[in-house]
Amino acid sequence: MEEILNQYETVALDDVKFWFKAGKISDFPTDGGSCIKYKGKQIAIINFERRNEWYACQNVCPHKMEMVLSRGMIGSSDNTPKIACPLHKNNFSLVDGSNLSGNDYSIATYPVKIVEGEVLIGFID
Amino acid sequence: MMKIIVVGNGMVGYKFCEKFISKNGHEKYQITVFGEEPRRAYDRVHLSEYFAGKTADDLSMSTANWYEENNIILNTSELITDIHREDKTITTHLEKTHFYDYLVLATGSSAFVPPIQGVEKEGVFVYRTIEDLDAIMTYAKKIKQKGATEAAVLGGGLLGLEAAKAVRDLGLNPHVVEFAPRLMPRQLDKGASDMLQSKIEELNIKIHLQKSTQFIDGTDCITGMMFEKEELLKVDMLVISAGIKPRDELGRGAGLEVGTRGGIVVDNKMLTSDSSIYAIGEVALYNQMIYGLVAPGYEMAEVVADQILGSEKVMRETIDMSTQLKLIGVEVASFGDPFIEHQDGIPIVYENKFNGIYKRINVSHDGKLLLGGILVGDSSDYNTLFQIYSNGMKLPDNPEDLILGSRGGESSTMGSAMDLPDTAVICSCENVTKGAICCSITDGSCETLGDVIKATKATSGCGGCKPMVVDLVKETQKSLGKEVKDVVCEHFAYSRQELFDIVKINKFTNHNEVLGTVGKGDGCEVCRPVLSSIFSSIYNDTANKHITSQDTNDRFLANIQRNGTYSVVPRMAGGEVTAEKLIVIGEVAKEYNLYTKITGAQRVDLFGAELNDLPAIWKKLIDNGFESGHAYGKSLRAVKSCVGNAWCRYGMDDSTTFAIELENRYRGIRSPHKLKGGVSACIRECAEARGKDFGVIAVEGGWNLYICGNGGANPKHAVLLAEQIDKETVFKYMDRFLMFYIRTAGPLVRTATWLDKLEGGLDYLKKVVIEDSLGINETLENEMQTLVDTFECEWKQAIEDPEMMKRFSHFSNSEDRDDTIEYVVLRDQKMPKAW
Repeated sequence: MEEILNQYETVALDDVKFWFKAGKISDFPTDGGSCIKYKGKQIAIINFERRNEWYACQNVCPHKMEMVLSRGMIGSSDNTPKIACPLHKNNFSLVDGSNLSGNDYSIATYPVKIVEGEVLIGFID
Repeated sequence: MMKIIVVGNGMVGYKFCEKFISKNGHEKYQITVFGEEPRRAYDRVHLSEYFAGKTADDLSMSTANWYEENNIILNTSELITDIHREDKTITTHLEKTHFYDYLVLATGSSAFVPPIQGVEKEGVFVYRTIEDLDAIMTYAKKIKQKGATEAAVLGGGLLGLEAAKAVRDLGLNPHVVEFAPRLMPRQLDKGASDMLQSKIEELNIKIHLQKSTQFIDGTDCITGMMFEKEELLKVDMLVISAGIKPRDELGRGAGLEVGTRGGIVVDNKMLTSDSSIYAIGEVALYNQMIYGLVAPGYEMAEVVADQILGSEKVMRETIDMSTQLKLIGVEVASFGDPFIEHQDGIPIVYENKFNGIYKRINVSHDGKLLLGGILVGDSSDYNTLFQIYSNGMKLPDNPEDLILGSRGGESSTMGSAMDLPDTAVICSCENVTKGAICCSITDGSCETLGDVIKATKATSGCGGCKPMVVDLVKETQKSLGKEVKDVVCEHFAYSRQELFDIVKINKFTNHNEVLGTVGKGDGCEVCRPVLSSIFSSIYNDTANKHITSQDTNDRFLANIQRNGTYSVVPRMAGGEVTAEKLIVIGEVAKEYNLYTKITGAQRVDLFGAELNDLPAIWKKLIDNGFESGHAYGKSLRAVKSCVGNAWCRYGMDDSTTFAIELENRYRGIRSPHKLKGGVSACIRECAEARGKDFGVIAVEGGWNLYICGNGGANPKHAVLLAEQIDKETVFKYMDRFLMFYIRTAGPLVRTATWLDKLEGGLDYLKKVVIEDSLGINETLENEMQTLVDTFECEWKQAIEDPEMMKRFSHFSNSEDRDDTIEYVVLRDQKMPKAW
């Protein structure tokens, strides 16, 4: 199980080596998540239209290692944008992946940018 | 720095440390603890859970670094051998000497082993420490391999019955042997003991009462117990749990005053005959009694902590021995004087052998005071009864209402927790009074329930007082003029009912509109589905709308399982299905390799469907005449039925047809929580209709309509709304009842809880639904009719719309499947690989 989690590490904007084209804006539902495949990885993309923001994070739930985070609901807590895991409602900050439910699980996040209607995700590998 | 030495690291010794360091002035003292056992203090009350899989760590009272963090020196595996009172020192078995200013003896007790010939034989154990338990487990394993099946427990008291459960958990057949003519002789009377016995015997635990063991049979190992009249009980193991013996040898050796039957004599300051030495817990003889319960032990610990720090706190004169516990799954409680006889009071007894319930209350001759009582099988009244007893509150006019419930009257038998005096002890484990709880809020130091629990420790013991603490906190907040509102979440300062009205009046149709106008922030996983459900209730929007604001089950119109796959449940109204349709289900299950199981709602559940396959699966089902079963929605699940008079020789009416009609009328309608129904064709009630949110039962002259029942964690029987009514009236009342519930219940509140909280209760609901006291019935009926008329199968909707189908793909940039899902084989089917 560890090896699944080890694949996912937060990428800082300054460290991005490669911008991956994940799709067009219209491929992604609004104010919710969906999942894309990049090499062996599953990445959840969040089109937070309400805030005019985009986020990306690992799709795997760090609690039970299931590929489900993108099917969770998004929202905010004290103005921090967040995603709730659909399995057990663990909340994670979309900004830095930290846990907002008071336990130890956290998630990896990735930079997103929009260029000419294309959604790009930043990776280092 | 002054030095305190605590001898003994059991529950009470630990509690002393905890209480002491929480008090002002403790910094001037250095506490050193000695324990002879190798581990930190652990919870002996829950010892039997060790057999059920808990580890020594789980049972530990503290974390590993708790002592260090609090500057307490803990020496485990070190036994104190002598006290030298003249120079205030102790020596340990390692021949170390320590000086003390105050000595606290918390040496507890050991198991009392009766002087029976042969108790030294192999296979005879006591039940006291984790080491005892380890030895019992090892021995049980050994003899089981040799084919042994029977084991005895000597002692039918509280601990003995716990031990019997432990023996059963080890896979042996327990025999409880008790000298007295009844179980738990100190707490229960004969009637209660009989009830407990029959409940326990159902669990395959044999009870042998009035047996005096003459000797233990066997050459080296135990093979049996010989009772009087040469009666032999063949067993291969014996666990003795026949009482406790205070560990007073240390005090005795030091010349402290001890009782004739053991125990170190203490006064109400818990001081022994030496003014520097205290004794607490099961070693202390107070009022010529040893108290084998945790609560008095904790109180003694508190008294000593206060005494050392210079306060005047002393032990209460009479110690309450009331207990409430679950023994082998059976609720048992006893309080006050459980046995009172004619000259002092009058017992009122309720006995229901059918349900296994025995209740007894002892009332004073003038009928004004409650003196004690016993509850077996159902101890839910314990908190109320105990408060009435311990605070000397006046009894209601018909004291029997206290155990039978108010029958017919309007008022409940017991007012709110706020009626209790401030001195009433609400949490007896931590000795927290009503005054302390309320005061923590009125003085401004606490705001929420969580704050109160943190500050007072109330509810942190057995947790039995939680409902009362919740009520007290709520009521106190109210009395301060703080509006206690069940708001949906941080984004809306409204209850679900208010949001419902806001959406309806303003004709809002989407989340952003509502958030922007009456909410704040961006919503969350709590308020988004609430709003989606409200839109459904008002506009009959299916879950294909607002898809990112639907719970994951609604978003994909299927129930998510633990490995991220989904289950598929087509509707089979009333549990009726043709052979052809059953074959289609079988074909689908085969084609997509789905795990197949019959549900409790008389239909078939197909598990392990991947997101990408859901549309094809549903297309095949719909093409063959099925529709969504809404097993994923907060909506009507199914209406269960018995076969009815079409086949059954007892049936009084056609229950299956009625169930199908009900299910088809209310299918797909979104509600605050799931809804289940049932229809039975006679009072034998094979459909278990009274365990549902609504249940209809055929009787002479029509149907009885029951509402607001449920199974689950808190089973509740549905209550009678109307009797002997015709079908048409059932539908009419049902429309009104359901719509009223949908409009007014909080999020995820089932009908039973809703009715519980509804002001005025069932009487009020009857007035609204039957007598139209609010004048809204026509509106409710019309609203329901609109929902019924505009029903659409959302799965049909989804598979016919290519745009909607897009969401049933694991990746948005690839046709690939999720390749991380793994299965193993289970009884010829598949199941997810364990986490």
